[in-house]
Amino acid sequence: MERADKRFGFLCSLPILVVLALGFLAPLAVVALYSTMPERVFGLAHFPTFEAFRTLVEQDYYKSLLWSLGMAFVATCALFLLCWPLAYAMAKVFRSFTLAITVLVVMSLFVSENIRLFGWSLTLMKGGLLEGHARAWFGIGFDGLLYNVPVIVFGLVYVYLPFMLFPLAQGIAMIPDDARQAATDLGASRWQVLIEIDLPLAAPGIAVGSLLSFVLAAGALAESKLLGGQAVIVIADEIETAFTYSQNWPLGSALSVVLIAIIGCLVTYGLARVNLDAIIGRNR
Amino acid sequence: MVGSTILKLDGLSKNFGAFQALQNISLEIFEGEFLTIVGPSGSGKTTLIRLLVGMDEPTEGEIRLRGKRIEGTPANKRPTCMVFQSLALFPHKTVGQNIEFPLKIRREPQDRRQERANELLDLLRLPRDYYHKRIAQCSGGEQQRVALARALAFDPEILFFDEPLSALDYRLRKALEKELKDLHERTGKTFVYITHSLEEAMVMSDRIAIMNAGQFEQIATADQIYAKPVSKFVAEFMGEVNLFDIDGSERSGIAASALHSRENLNLGLVDDEFGTLMVRPEFIRQIDGEGNSDFWVFGKLRAEYLLGSRLHYEFECKDGTTLTVEKLREDRLSCVAGDEVLLGWDVENTHLIRSGG
Repeated sequence: MERADKRFGFLCSLPILVVLALGFLAPLAVVALYSTMPERVFGLAHFPTFEAFRTLVEQDYYKSLLWSLGMAFVATCALFLLCWPLAYAMAKVFRSFTLAITVLVVMSLFVSENIRLFGWSLTLMKGGLLEGHARAWFGIGFDGLLYNVPVIVFGLVYVYLPFMLFPLAQGIAMIPDDARQAATDLGASRWQVLIEIDLPLAAPGIAVGSLLSFVLAAGALAESKLLGGQAVIVIADEIETAFTYSQNWPLGSALSVVLIAIIGCLVTYGLARVNLDAIIGRNR
Repeated sequence: MVGSTILKLDGLSKNFGAFQALQNISLEIFEGEFLTIVGPSGSGKTTLIRLLVGMDEPTEGEIRLRGKRIEGTPANKRPTCMVFQSLALFPHKTVGQNIEFPLKIRREPQDRRQERANELLDLLRLPRDYYHKRIAQCSGGEQQRVALARALAFDPEILFFDEPLSALDYRLRKALEKELKDLHERTGKTFVYITHSLEEAMVMSDRIAIMNAGQFEQIATADQIYAKPVSKFVAEFMGEVNLFDIDGSERSGIAASALHSRENLNLGLVDDEFGTLMVRPEFIRQIDGEGNSDFWVFGKLRAEYLLGSRLHYEFECKDGTTLTVEKLREDRLSCVAGDEVLLGWDVENTHLIRSGG
């Protein structure tokens, strides 16, 4: 019986396994192979070298990588602080209003990310919505708020909000109310309930939300291009340039491999530590 | 062992909109006693305990802990705590960390906490190596003990219980009831227990408070409540009972249609007074002729049930009402279903519930 179930499960998952193998693993393998080719070649039939990785270090490409990871980290922290109260209210306080918030947040995803970012660009630029009105009404002109690092982080926070909000609300919904009440009854202050009960019990949601936001923000390109101008070059920008303008596929591949490796380690580590079942006390 | 008043409720009311969950409740709880508040679901007992532990505030009235008003004090500032119906153990903490929780909140040093946790494991007869066990690895009964140990680690002035045994199977519940009573004696703490199960209340409590529709019907020892209930509600709530409505204006106070009594019997009801005559099923016996007991009825045996050591009979009286009789197995009645027999009992085994004029 169990064997039959396993067979059936395998058969059902076969289509997606084929798609993943062809559409996900195969390109990854090609990228990994290209990263070991000599620079500026367009074939895989060369003797492997690590030239591209040397260029990556020597020509300061690692700085773009650090900028991307750094901004993604700051954006993730900001998202967590911003989303916690709202997610808490959605999971524990609001009733039918939660649905309204969900619909509103999801609706923002219906409009393409680039178009929404252009909207912000028009709002924040010199002569745009904010600065233009400030000048017309109060006579105060300023340089516009675009083209700096904070505005890129703002863009990341704005675009990836749903990816933090929903997992977080899910995680908070898992906190049993009676555990919070019992902790209060046993003398815990609000702060102690947050540290001792809320955060550990919502950990799976926090982990999933943070990983999603971080991974997406680390590979983000549009925010830095549309809002940041040339303030900093992010890693995704460098990869795109290497593959297109510079026609240096091995370098682009090497940059991709490093980014994938870092994020892959992070996700594996994060998800392994926060085992959903262990957290809520099942299995083990 | 039972001492001075520790908790005093005075004129306590709680409204939810137009609904009065608690109506003008007053109660004194004494130091070191085991008081059980019993009532059917919806009687307001959960609302009451939420007020007592500080999870809710009363609409009106006072709660005094050793003379000091506490009704506005939040739960985390009160020296009392509760064992929840769901136990509310922290699933992400080990048994030891659960027990230590109140001490951690008070920032006691780790070695002191662990020492106390081990003492409590001993007190509740859990092995010390459970300290590192996960909550999910413990059985229902063990989780019960962990919840108790955690509450005792708090060292509360009063320990409240919100039906913590209701989810357990019968045998385990019986064993834990006795353990809880034993624990009460060993710790000398004041226990206030809430349940809908009268059996549970009778086994454990020094006093029982019967609650109905947001008010106390009667507060007394289990024995008093069983033998001398003040209302029909209490009489019926305290297990099987036979009740006959009687009217003082009729001949010697007896007017129930199926009930006969001796001519000169005086129950003390005056004219225009109504009452209910109560007789517990274990006091009814089979008699040979009318007048061989103070009261008698004719009953047709409808059914017989075996309840382990006892037998439970249901008779149908002439007016269609049901009379229940209970006998020990060795005192089995000599009749079968369909037989009509004469059943009687004496006045000293009855109790009169007065319901006014």
